[in-house]
Amino acid sequence: MAETLLSIEGLRKAYPGVVANDDVSFSIAPGEVHALLGENGAGKSTLVKMIYGLVRPDSGRMLMKGQPYEPATPHAARAAGVAMVFQHFSLFEALNVAENVALGMEDPPKQRELAARIREVSETYGLPLDPGRLVGDLSAGERQRVEIIRCLLQDPKLLIMDEPTSVLTPQEVDILFETLRKLQAEGTSILYISHKLEEIRTLCDGATILRLGKVVGTCDPKESSAREMAEMMVGQTLHTPSREEKPLGDVVLDLTALSLRSANPFGTSLKEIDLQVHAGEVLGIGGVAGNGQDELLAALSGEALSPAEAVKLNGQPVGQLGPNARRRLGLLAAPEERLGHAAAPDMSLTENALLTGAIREELVSNGFLKWPAAKSFAEKIIERFDVRTPGPANAARSLSGGNLQKFVVGREILQRPICLVVNQPTWGVDASAAAAIRQALLDLAAEGAALVVISQDLDELMEISDRFAALNEGRLSPTRPAKGLTVDEIGLMMGGAHDMEVAHVDA
Amino acid sequence: MIRLEKRPQPSRAWSYATPVLAVVITMIAGGILFAFLGKDPFLAIKTIFYDPLLGEFAWYYRGQLLVKAGPLILIAIGLSLGFRAGIWNIGAEGQYIMGAIFGAAVGLAFYPMEARWLIFPLMVIAGALGGFLWAMIPAILKTRFNTNEILVSLLLVYVAEQFLASMALGALRNPEGSGFPGSRNLQQYPAAANTELIAGTGMHWGVVAAFIAVIAAYVLLKRHMLGYQIRLTGESPRAARFAGVRPNLLIIFCMGISGALAGLAGLFEVAGPAGQISIDFNSGYGFTAIIVAFLGRLHPVGILLAGLLLALTYIGGEAAQANLGLPAAAIQAFQGMLLFFLLAVDVLTNYRIRLRRTEAA
Amino acid sequence: MDLSAINPAVLLASLMVASTPILLAAIGELIVEKSGVLNLGVEGMMITGAICGFAIAVQTGSPALGFVGAAAGGALLSMTFGVLTQFFLSNQVATGLALTLFGLGLSALLGQGYVGIKPPPVGDINLGPLADLPFIGRVLFQHDAMVYFSLLLVAAVWAFLKYTRAGLILRAVGESHDAAHALGYKVVWVRLMAIAFGGACAGLGGAYLSLVRVPQWTEGMTAGAGWIALAIVVFGSWKPWRVLIGAYLFGGVTVLQLNLQAAGLAVPVEYLSMSPYLITILVLVIMSSGRGRAALNAPASLGRSFHASS
Repeated sequence: MAETLLSIEGLRKAYPGVVANDDVSFSIAPGEVHALLGENGAGKSTLVKMIYGLVRPDSGRMLMKGQPYEPATPHAARAAGVAMVFQHFSLFEALNVAENVALGMEDPPKQRELAARIREVSETYGLPLDPGRLVGDLSAGERQRVEIIRCLLQDPKLLIMDEPTSVLTPQEVDILFETLRKLQAEGTSILYISHKLEEIRTLCDGATILRLGKVVGTCDPKESSAREMAEMMVGQTLHTPSREEKPLGDVVLDLTALSLRSANPFGTSLKEIDLQVHAGEVLGIGGVAGNGQDELLAALSGEALSPAEAVKLNGQPVGQLGPNARRRLGLLAAPEERLGHAAAPDMSLTENALLTGAIREELVSNGFLKWPAAKSFAEKIIERFDVRTPGPANAARSLSGGNLQKFVVGREILQRPICLVVNQPTWGVDASAAAAIRQALLDLAAEGAALVVISQDLDELMEISDRFAALNEGRLSPTRPAKGLTVDEIGLMMGGAHDMEVAHVDA
Repeated sequence: MIRLEKRPQPSRAWSYATPVLAVVITMIAGGILFAFLGKDPFLAIKTIFYDPLLGEFAWYYRGQLLVKAGPLILIAIGLSLGFRAGIWNIGAEGQYIMGAIFGAAVGLAFYPMEARWLIFPLMVIAGALGGFLWAMIPAILKTRFNTNEILVSLLLVYVAEQFLASMALGALRNPEGSGFPGSRNLQQYPAAANTELIAGTGMHWGVVAAFIAVIAAYVLLKRHMLGYQIRLTGESPRAARFAGVRPNLLIIFCMGISGALAGLAGLFEVAGPAGQISIDFNSGYGFTAIIVAFLGRLHPVGILLAGLLLALTYIGGEAAQANLGLPAAAIQAFQGMLLFFLLAVDVLTNYRIRLRRTEAA
Repeated sequence: MDLSAINPAVLLASLMVASTPILLAAIGELIVEKSGVLNLGVEGMMITGAICGFAIAVQTGSPALGFVGAAAGGALLSMTFGVLTQFFLSNQVATGLALTLFGLGLSALLGQGYVGIKPPPVGDINLGPLADLPFIGRVLFQHDAMVYFSLLLVAAVWAFLKYTRAGLILRAVGESHDAAHALGYKVVWVRLMAIAFGGACAGLGGAYLSLVRVPQWTEGMTAGAGWIALAIVVFGSWKPWRVLIGAYLFGGVTVLQLNLQAAGLAVPVEYLSMSPYLITILVLVIMSSGRGRAALNAPASLGRSFHASS
């Protein structure tokens, strides 16, 4: 029997109304790269939070090298040699790299010494980084490097990585994998959390698959096919959207040299964007998060104004029009952030239906609201898009992510847009809801609407786009037909391993 | 250990119950406070909350109730619109003063003309305008320069107080007042007086205006697009921008309305119960109205009830001062406590309290 | 008008005295805001400190004990704000206002019976030959201990934020409470300590008003000093030395207008009394316009409630 570093036995964690983990057991050997595979909501995050001391299990136990391991806090977990690279929420934008690293260490050396060590370790592992820069000014890939280096400086025995590649271009993923293999060769174990099957097949030695909080299987990813793993993960065969080829219609949305300064001091400004979208077409826009996606959506929805001629709808300049004037003309949008942007969390679904539907659904007369009409519009969305909720009087925040996403996308689709812009339509949504949303988008295009789908999920974009372009530091690549694009080509459109250059300049 | 757990949606029952609960807790804590001051707590609470309504001299106090509640409700209704949208006008006291000065100045300018049909309406307009303009200073600085409206509106209270003093001593001083500070008494100038409409009730035009404001605010919030936009902005500013709300216009609107209503309250006060512009004309209604607005859960009907309750503490407090020797400051502390307890129990609306084992989180 | 009555040395010396209460309150609030909490109750904590310090100094005859009591009183009162905002997750703006309203009432209540009394005098520190230096000696070296204490406090806060790990953690909590929580820092406790420190500083500032600057007790004697302290934190764009400059600038305006009043300038007294408030507003406008250099420096989590969801 191979020795084990960490073994997990029968862990259970319940939240009110949900059992996040139930009787989860697996083990990791020293130097093993172990994958934790599962859909959104399968319980991966809760499990790693327990290993990292952020959440206490209700029952079950963990053993580290045969000794009981019960971290009460992340400090205890770090002291035991466990380090974690987070998907979100662990960097401070207004602090510099060295300060960020220091915050994640138990007893950091003096700033100057630390800066020297950051340079040294980052060179060793091929992750160049300048310790004096503000994290807010770094790209997503560079930020991840900060997190990784923060972990490496503590010589961890176990490194947990939560969806590390979601913020990287394909070329950057290659660099990351090289770093991870180097670590593995030095004997560090890695717990790798992902739902991307191909990555896991290239990188991992073992895999545990979670579904609805339970372990539904283990496998050797190098031996199993992606299809086998996918079926274990999802538990059903998926309905893949399909669309028929048809000739392009007229140009509906036309962007000419659209430049826009970001409202957020750490945001990305849009630079000289040119783009045409035709009737009946789905244009996919890829790119790593934080390269101008939010800003592009704001420029199209009317939340950010631009010179009138920079944005044209059916030849009519709309750059100076606000959101409601654009809605009146048929240009609708669904932003990425469901709670707090696309919908108001504490307001009812009826009130949220009114949020964008007031104009096109004629829910207002002389400034007075027609509540019955708003309610029936909300009911229509709920019914047509199979939104699971007791009724339209429920607050938006009471819905699950997938159901709320169906609601906010459905709300726009039912208003018969001429052009619809969506950002991350299926982010954090379970597979069946995601499939339904994609199909609804394709149906809308089939009826002749022009669609712009902004997403970080390349598989999704390849599945539904007619043409493809990528955002990189606020610039849009030239548009190319989606059919026949290779991963390498897409990666180059997204900017390749562009962060490397930045690092060289600074070094 | 006690843990808070977010409710899937705000509890309706608790949103009604928390203000009542807060009042009850405040009465208990207030009783303890009064006991520390060496007063009989039960007698004190009875003197403040029971006697003015149903006691021996209730016939006198009941009239006072509307006189005090009128300005509180009028100001609080205006403030509540802004508070709902996350626009914090806390300088209503200053707008109240400026409304009184503007209105009184217009009235006094006509002295001793007798055309009430002209003078009184002009005074009302001037009062609203005074408060509106004073509120426009923080509003425009906010929209134009992104200056914090909380600090500016509050600092302007002190400016307004100094301006009030200079008016009482200078431009508006009663020329026949043998040099004493303070303006002519508007109560004794029939064309400008805000008289009691129904004898013995305390009902004057300011109270009427307060009732109208309650109804208008109710309709606005419940049925009108603008009210929806106000609520949406408060819930989620980003969603509001997405819904086409123009934040700057909303700031101007909310600040303007609250300023105008506070100005109206000042005008009705100076032309009625107070009677004249004097150095100590303002008595903190602008600040107490903040308590009223929150206690009424920023809801028009709630504010109506909360305004009456706070008016009761003023009147009952005066009675307790006269009969029991309870210091006036005790009532002020009592009102402050009320807001504290309200904010504390408010957590029950959005969170459920669970008793659980200790947890690392 | 007789400008010759104004002695520049005395003017500058009284500037330092006039600035000290606001400087103390502002440096405390700076720490609070750096931790991501907006406490609008400075005025209430100051006035509570003013009466606590005054009462204790009168009762014990020791101004030093008075200052200790004022710091304790301010910190204690700030804890009501701390408990409400950190454990009961109440709105920080509303709770801060409540603190001010309650503090004004409470102080008036505590101050019954202290009106019109003279507090024990606070002596100047003997700095020997330094105090005898011409001009400079009068301006800088003939003050009471609190003036120097407040300057030391600014230096200490600056060093704390810049060089210590605790200061780094405080800034991190104010920048992103979610990230700080994910790394295992106790957001709520860090904030509570910051709030208590802010309360203690505001209390000291208030006591300086009632024991040194005025010196006596009157209801509502802070007259907006707490709000001006809040404005000065914005003016100083959350940097200790700039807060010092802001407080001294404000002190200068106050002292100058008082001197002009005394010299009989041909402007009504009321308009001169307005000037500190108007100038504070003007400074706020200048600092917040121009695509917010100041706003960029504001802690990113300022004013947001934190609730650990997991």
